Amino acid sequence: MSDAPYEPIVGRYLRLAIGDQPHRLYVEEAGEGIPLLCLHTAGADSRQYRALLNDAEILGRFRVIAFDLPWHGKSSPPAGWQKAEYKLTARAYVETIMAVVRALDLDKPAVIGCSIGGRAVLHLAIEQADKFRALIGLESGAHADPYYDLGWLHRPDVHGGEVCGAMISGLIAPTAPEADRWETIWHYMQGGPGIFKGDLYYYTSDGDVRTRLARIDTGLCPLFLLTGEYDYSCTPDDTRALARQIAGAQVTVMEGLGHFPVSEDPQRFLAYLRPVLAAILEGAAAPQTPRSSQP
Amino acid sequence: MTTGVIDRLAELANADAWLVERGRFLDVAFLIEVGDMPYLVRIRRGRIEAIERGPHVMPRWTFALRAPHEAWAKFWQPVPPPGFHDLIAMIKVGALRLEGDQQPFMANLRYFKDLLALPRSNPVRPA
Repeated sequence: MSDAPYEPIVGRYLRLAIGDQPHRLYVEEAGEGIPLLCLHTAGADSRQYRALLNDAEILGRFRVIAFDLPWHGKSSPPAGWQKAEYKLTARAYVETIMAVVRALDLDKPAVIGCSIGGRAVLHLAIEQADKFRALIGLESGAHADPYYDLGWLHRPDVHGGEVCGAMISGLIAPTAPEADRWETIWHYMQGGPGIFKGDLYYYTSDGDVRTRLARIDTGLCPLFLLTGEYDYSCTPDDTRALARQIAGAQVTVMEGLGHFPVSEDPQRFLAYLRPVLAAILEGAAAPQTPRSSQP
Repeated sequence: MTTGVIDRLAELANADAWLVERGRFLDVAFLIEVGDMPYLVRIRRGRIEAIERGPHVMPRWTFALRAPHEAWAKFWQPVPPPGFHDLIAMIKVGALRLEGDQQPFMANLRYFKDLLALPRSNPVRPA
């Protein structure tokens, strides 16, 4: 047993209530130190964070925790799910994150989220900043307009797994390693019917925070924004536009990365993440003027 | 350069057994426009049966993909620049127009993305 080539990741199921509804969520974690809660992208699951959850340097300083949203990965949909269309709302998303924080008794965790998770950290910055140590938004914008008919993602004459995988494949940078590219696509191919589309309801409609950004106080909780140059869903310009509205938000444009930096090219991404984690460790991560890297 | 790229597409596609296999339920004629040159591509069971270079008289097609020379030239670079590295990306940035009945395109999206990316790894040699 002790000689088995296990990774350091431990996965367990968490029983908790979100709103009034009992849920069973799948949670993975590894490491010890500052809690770092990881939020996956729309239509995917916590497997995206496998590189963080396996990085010895990070695990020595951080307790890395990644959970699957309800309806995603190994988390169950709640009882009665079959009776209505799945649509992720801003309220449900924030409630889910806060329920996990409470259930795991996390003391001022840092949160890293990508895409819809990158939007969720903005909701946390607006509504719950005092409960978090730092927020990291990957591929984070205040709003996104749909650039294709989302109806194609969930209809009986188009295979959901095939179209979701093919649709997001272009959001990966062309330089990504083949194995990591195709594992990222595989996660999307495994999503439940209509779940990616339902998450995009939050991304393109209900999660619009454009009018609420003035409430973000990066003095209370530092905000780091990192976006890949090949991301055409949330472009570097979208993130720069977001950062112009938030004093103290720190922007990094990541070369050779797309919309899924954590899973499409983990080592390239970790080179961008390590200085952010170092700043969180130093607790000296709240400069008062925005800084922007040149693409 | 984009000259001659589409003319080679049948040879490249039909030599790719896994692409043809994945297209085995696909029967469609679609139009691809490279600048002002239209090509009618006829696919049967995943194989390209014919590519008819325009101009056409009264062509019939299910969907059309239209982009300028410069956009396709960027798309077919070995490492394309952001916005030109994917068909949906080119639609997002306004470089590519998708017209007609999108159903066969969406139902076989990976097929069409892979098909049109074939010239990227198989560049045309200068004449």
